[in-house]
Amino acid sequence: MAEIAEGGGESHGKGKKRAKKSSTRVDMTPMVDLAFLLLTFFVLTSTFSKPKVMSLVYPANPDETQKEEPQKINNGITFLLSEDKIYYYSGQYYPKSAPGPEGPTVLEETNFGPNGLRKLLADRNAFVLKGKEGLDKKLKSKEIQDSTYLRMLIEFKKNKESLKVLIKTDDKATCKNFIDLIDELKIAEIGVIAPVDILASELELLNEKVK
Amino acid sequence: MPKIKMPKSSPSIDMTPMVDLAFLLVTFFMLAASFRSSEPVEVDVPSSISDKIIPDNVLLVTVDKGGRAFFNLADPEARRELLVNMSAKYKIGFSDEQVEKFTIMTSFGCTMQELPQYIDMSNEERKRLETKGIPYDSTNNELKDWIFYGNVAALNTGKTAFEEAKLKGDSPVADDFKPKFILKVDNKALYVHAQNVINVFRDLNLNNLNFITSMETAPL
Repeated sequence: MAEIAEGGGESHGKGKKRAKKSSTRVDMTPMVDLAFLLLTFFVLTSTFSKPKVMSLVYPANPDETQKEEPQKINNGITFLLSEDKIYYYSGQYYPKSAPGPEGPTVLEETNFGPNGLRKLLADRNAFVLKGKEGLDKKLKSKEIQDSTYLRMLIEFKKNKESLKVLIKTDDKATCKNFIDLIDELKIAEIGVIAPVDILASELELLNEKVK
Repeated sequence: MPKIKMPKSSPSIDMTPMVDLAFLLVTFFMLAASFRSSEPVEVDVPSSISDKIIPDNVLLVTVDKGGRAFFNLADPEARRELLVNMSAKYKIGFSDEQVEKFTIMTSFGCTMQELPQYIDMSNEERKRLETKGIPYDSTNNELKDWIFYGNVAALNTGKTAFEEAKLKGDSPVADDFKPKFILKVDNKALYVHAQNVINVFRDLNLNNLNFITSMETAPL
């Protein structure tokens, strides 16, 4: 400690002046307290991982000038969401009033489990998944570059053989199921995903099924 | 009987390594942390395998369980421009102080009429206040204006940022500076609510949307 010499010059004659011996140790407890307080504060208030996003491109609104019948899609599958259930039909939609070659469309039920939706999509989209596997191998053996890989993958997804997906929802579907479905579609490497409005007759069909 | 001799050791421990460690961690957390901004509504987001990190220049619309919409724009400069445009459109005046406060606010969900009052509130008051969200029905579509002017403002600030990056000698990608549109939807929200908000975006010809999701490990 800083101490001022006391007692004026009295001590001059009395032997050596001794520096006071004080411990060099400081009590660190308050400092530790403070450090841990700050540590706790920062741990609790901070967020590390920035949120992740999943992009989804919606179909552009049709122009007023060129209103057409919806395009015919080859190799399409339509998912219908209601509450926590998911239904699908393949190909074109045929209402009861105008049945197609195989009669009116019948909805089939599936689920979000690995044996339901994921298997279904993997089977239907085998073309792209197989193509991707081949590309993965080539990428690993460095036959092709990253950019070529991405370009070829997109080409595969755009191919006629690849699966196209339409998503229709009724007014009881939840966002969770919608995102889960999109997620499954992304896992199955599906390139064309289009959330579209549900037709009145489809809604009826769906309501019958949900009951 | 001889006495048992207890080993004499000092009861005080050398705390220096502990202090070192504690301060090291404090420093690390201080530098690495980004603060969690307090949102007016808690939203439980769905999970997906996507590992794309949220971009910088974002326009975020939150849809909560009840279908209320909240709006947020990340860039403070863009927010200023946005509020000026909105106040001109709705003929609601804001003081300079209010504009200043608006630029550092997080997302909000109130009508234009309520906004001046809402800005003046403290954080705690805002949390307690039950707002009805930004209206987005066809008769009173304020959300559409927020998104429209927000997009314009964010495009402008994005352009300036792009020019600046160019002057610095980097080779920036113009797309990185364009505003991105993010939707944060609650797990339990009905999809129709989200769809209505999405339709507002689509009416403005903004079709490339992103959903905020939490991470989930991809299946092998």
